Parts: sequence; structure tokens; C-alpha cells
Amino acid sequence: MPQTQTAAISRTEPAPPKFGLAEWIDQQTGKLFVLPAVIILLAFAIFPLLISAYLSLIKFKLATGGFSLNYVGLRNFKKLFYGSQQYHLLGTFDAFGIFEWTVFAAALALVAYWFFRFFTGGYFNIPGFIGRLITASLFIALLWLTLATVFGGHPGSLVVTLFYVTVGVSLQFGIGLGLALLCGQAIRGRNAFRIIFFIPLMVTPVGIAYMFRMLADMQRGPLANIWQWFGLGEFSWAADPWSARMVVLTGDTWQWVPFMFIVLLAAVENMPRDQLEAAKIDGAGSWQIFRDITWPSIAPVAATIVLIRLIEAFKIIDLPNVLTNGGPGIATESLTLHSFIAWRTQDLGGSAAVGYTLLFVSTVTCVSFFNFIGQKTRKTEA
Amino acid sequence: MRDRSLFQRMFEPPSLTEMAPASRLLTYAILILWAIVVLFPLYWVFITSFKLPFQVNDGPDFIPFVDYQPSGHAWRYIFVELGNDTLRPYMNSVIIALTSTVLAVTIGSLAAYALVRIQYNVKIGTVAGFIVLLTATVFAITRFGTPWHITAVIALALFFFFATSFGRHFKRSLGNNDILFWIISNRILPPVVAVLPIYLMFQRVGLLDTHVAMIATYMAVNLPIVVWLMRDFFAGIPIDLEESAEIDGASRIRIFATIVLPLARPGLAATFLLVLILAWNEYLLALFISTADAQTMPLLVAAQNATRGPQWWYMSVLIVIMIAPIILMTILLQKHIARGLMVGAVKG
Repeated sequence: MPQTQTAAISRTEPAPPKFGLAEWIDQQTGKLFVLPAVIILLAFAIFPLLISAYLSLIKFKLATGGFSLNYVGLRNFKKLFYGSQQYHLLGTFDAFGIFEWTVFAAALALVAYWFFRFFTGGYFNIPGFIGRLITASLFIALLWLTLATVFGGHPGSLVVTLFYVTVGVSLQFGIGLGLALLCGQAIRGRNAFRIIFFIPLMVTPVGIAYMFRMLADMQRGPLANIWQWFGLGEFSWAADPWSARMVVLTGDTWQWVPFMFIVLLAAVENMPRDQLEAAKIDGAGSWQIFRDITWPSIAPVAATIVLIRLIEAFKIIDLPNVLTNGGPGIATESLTLHSFIAWRTQDLGGSAAVGYTLLFVSTVTCVSFFNFIGQKTRKTEA
Repeated sequence: MRDRSLFQRMFEPPSLTEMAPASRLLTYAILILWAIVVLFPLYWVFITSFKLPFQVNDGPDFIPFVDYQPSGHAWRYIFVELGNDTLRPYMNSVIIALTSTVLAVTIGSLAAYALVRIQYNVKIGTVAGFIVLLTATVFAITRFGTPWHITAVIALALFFFFATSFGRHFKRSLGNNDILFWIISNRILPPVVAVLPIYLMFQRVGLLDTHVAMIATYMAVNLPIVVWLMRDFFAGIPIDLEESAEIDGASRIRIFATIVLPLARPGLAATFLLVLILAWNEYLLALFISTADAQTMPLLVAAQNATRGPQWWYMSVLIVIMIAPIILMTILLQKHIARGLMVGAVKG
């Protein structure tokens, strides 16, 4: 490379020779444009990431006149996965019954088929194989954990987070898509609906949490009469693990449907009109139109927003923290809340270890989704 | 077509662009139902802000003046009795959200534009060297307690030496897409992983619980989103205008400021609003970094859950005054938002 190289970044096209300060600045603009962003991210993402990795290997103790840090190796992780905190992160297990074994075997068969397709598909390569191996192992492990704790045992914060992520994102996507398809038809007042449906996104999650606590109040809330009619007047949702989780999920869904809706509506509106009309003239049913025309044209957008939501959904904390404070017991605790609670009790090492577990699970999930599902939707479009 | 049965008239579309009456009815029914689902909780919060404690505790009252006599006591408490204790977090929120958003959009747009128009070529050896040195620096500071500024200077010097000597001889390099992916992937990082070290960092330099700390953190957290969205807006701008300006001798910065930015205005508006909403509503980072002086509104809302139980009426007032400005801005900018999110998602 001919030009001076003072930092990690350099322009490939050699700039025409110029002299003087102004010209020098102009030559360096490439670096000047990107460097602020890179430096900020290094300082606030990469540097903390490394410190956090270190924190996850220490034991923090308040001592006289300050605190002491003791290096304990992987003991923080060991405590979470095998030790005294196992119930908190992973949950308490229950033996597999027939149902669990059936589901597990079906999933194994599915994964085996997936690998079989990969081997025989003619695109075999080593990085792809390793990537699939990681995805498949995580999937199997999480499925096993879910099956072992949800039916019979008590799920820990990892499974609860997965519940919020998978069920929450699917619900939000389903409702958002349905509303977008309805709203994308030739109807009046579309703009009014668009504005109204967008509003929940603007409310602070803490506010939403309190709002849903008011609404879910079975004696004094607005739905009290309905609950009483169902004979649930004395029922306390906050004391039952699944109803508490459902309330958290409802709040999350209420907030994030708008995001799905607004983007999918824009995608639906951008669809080629002539194809639609041609299909209608040919007498295609609405399901056929959806499958063959609408879905292929909005699939890339759908994949991207699901990815964005996946990334954000793993970080859920405000709602469970304010709605239920993680309770009853640890039933509604997400990984982020788990980590925060550990931090509050001065367990810095444990907190960082939970954070790293979350980082691992969410990264593998999001990257897998991007590579194995997100990319595919783009190919079908082309 | 004239003598269709009632059944046919209900369920068959009269023309290609119109819907059958039955399905139109169903569509409206579902949309209005969802509108109620969206609006009712907000309505409930709004009327709760005008209720007296006993009215809340006695059971559901739905319509002011009919079911109960509204009272402004909660509003008076928040604005008069609390007065400055409300105003301070509110102003904190305004200052922190606006400043961090402006900074994130500015810095992010610069980076996004550069990643669209300029080819970068980072040697993989340089990156590896950087990571190794950074790890060594962190290790040295945390394990052996070396003073952080001296260690940082030594590491930087080593890095430049490394980059200008061996670093060049590596063949493989990272292009624009790799840089972009790296920037975006920072968003996957859960805040709870990053916030502990950020907390310790600000504590070390004595900036904990200040505007600066909050602004810097929010800016960093939202930067990836700005880059993600703005890149596609810039990619959509025809390059011809910029090329002719370059031939005329305009510098890159000039081209960016006078030609590119005005063209990308819708995208800027949408991105700005989205990031502003995120910063305005953020809770977890604020919980860690601010304790009193830099406290923001979400923390104040959460704080209404006092020992006497949640103070629904005060909370409702706070939620209402938090939503109001954002709703206003969104209605003003709503066309841009749909378009802005669309572009980001289509190509993202």
C-alpha cells in the first residue's frame, strides 16, 4: 500500500498526491469518518466485554477499607451449572416421561435430517459444518433443558428467558403480520390505525409494567368484573408461576407488536400490485395468494425484523423486574434480571458469569438464525 | 351479475379492488378490537391519574364524572409538592436523551456513510494484534494492578509499532462488510454484561451519576442501530451528484454536509426518533449508572412503588407526562418512521 498507514484502517484506492494541511485532512477523512464510532464501540463494548470476562473469574468480597478480589477460575460457572445456583440458572429437573422422550427423539431426528441434507446437498465445507454443529448442540441442549424442567420440575432463568424469547417473538410476529395484512387491504382509515397501533412502542417499559399491574389487578382493575364472572375473583396471578409469566409475556407482546406491524405493513404496501391483481383474475384463493405472492415478497423483511426482535428480546428485564420482581420465587426471572439480582447482592463474579451465559446463548441463537433462516429468505426472493 | 343472491353479495368481492362486505366487516372488527387493546390501557392510566386513592382501591370506575368525581390531587402532588424532584429527572431525561441521540446519529451517520462510499481494508494481523494487546492491557491492570494510564500508553505505542511493522505483512484483510457486521453485532451484547465494567470505569474516573456518563453510555449503546439504519439510506442516494461535486474539487466532508445529509433527511428523522425513544425509555443502564443527580424518568416511575405499596395515581401522572412529548413527535414524523424502518429492514 503506497500511502501512509498510521492506524488500523486505510483506503485502498490511492489518493492523488496533494500537499498541505487541508489536503492531508481530506485524505484522512476516510479514517476520520469511521474512527469515532470504532473508538466508542471499543471503549463501551469490547473493553467492558474483556473486563466482564475477567470479573466472571473472580470472587468479589467487601473487606475492611474497600474490597478484595480473589481469582477463583471457573468456579462461578461451576456454581451456576452444577453447584448451589443450578436451580436458579437451569432449574430443577424431572425425569423424562413418554411425551418428553417422543419430542426429544423427534428433535434428534430433525437435526439428523438437517445434517443429512447438508452432507448430500453438495455444499459441504468445514466452517459450515462446525457452525451447524454448534447450532445443533445448543439446540439439543436447550431442548433437553426445557423438557426436563418445564413439565414437572421448575424452570430456571435460562428456560424462562427462552420462553419469553420464543413464545414472545412468535406471538408478536403472528399478530403483527395478521394486522399488517388486514391493514394493507384497500380500507379507509389506514393512517389512523397506523398511528394508533404504533403508540405502545413509545411507552417506557417500566410504565408498561405498572400499567399491566393495574390492569391485571383482579379485584380493583378494570377487568375485575370479568374475572369474577369467571369465578377467578380470588385468584392471584402473581402467586402462580405460569400466570405470572403470561402477564409478563402479555406486556412484552403489547409493546412489541407495533414494531412488527409497522415494518410489515410497509413491506405489504410495497408489494407489486399487478401480480396481485393478475392472481385475483385467475381466481386464486387468498391462502394461495398469501403463500405464492405475499409471503415471498415480504420474507426478507420478516426475517430481518425477527432477527432484530430476537436480539432485543434476550435482554428483557424491565417487565419482570417491575411486574413481579422475578417472583413467585424465581419463576419470572430472566437472565438479565438474574444477573442484576446477583449484582445487587455483591456477587459480581456470579453476575458476570450469568451475563456471559446470556451472551453465549443469544449470540449463537441470533447468528444461527441469521445464517440458516435469514439468508434463505433472501435466496428465495432472488 | 345483477341477480346475485344475498349470500353471494355478502361474500364475493364486487370488483378486484374492493372487498366483499363480509370480509370488510371482519377486517374492521379485528382492527378496531386491536385499537381497543392498544388504547384501553393508556386510557386507564390517564383516568387513574385523576383518581383519589380510595377511588382506586374501591374497585373499577371507568368513566370520569359518571362513575367518580375526578380530582387533580396527583397532578398537584407531582408538579407542586414534588416540584423540583419531578422537574430534575425530567430535565435529566430531556438533556440525556436529546444529547446522546444527536451524538449517536451524527457519529453513526458519518461511519455509515463512509462504509457505503469508501473502501476499507483492515489487515487481519492488525486486528489480531489489537485484540491481543487489549487483552494483555486489561489483564495487567486487573491482575497486577499496574496504573491504567501508563499501561494504556505502553499498549498504544506497542500497537502502532506492531501495526506499522509486522501488521502490514499479513495478506488477509477485512472489508467494509466485516466492519459493518462487527458494528452491528455490538447490539447483541447484553447491556448487563457491559454495564458492570462501565460502572467500574466511571467510578474510577469519578463520573458516576453524571450527565456525561449517561450520555456517553446511551450514545454507545445506540450507535449500532444508527449505523444499521443509516447505511441503507446512504446506499439509496445516487452517487452521480457526489461524483460531480468531487470533480469540482469539493472535499468529502463538504460533500457529506451539503449534498448527502439533506438528501437523507427522511432517514435521519426516522433514525433520530427511534433512537430518541430508546434513550428516553431506557431503564437498566440508568439503574446502574445514575443514583440521584442524573436520575432519569423511568427510575422516577419505578420509584413510585413505595413502602406503602405502589402509588398508582402518581405513577399514572408520570407515565402520562413521559408519553406525551414522544407521541407528539411521532405524529409529526410518522410518515418518515414507516419509511425509515422499512429501508433499514429491507436491506439490513
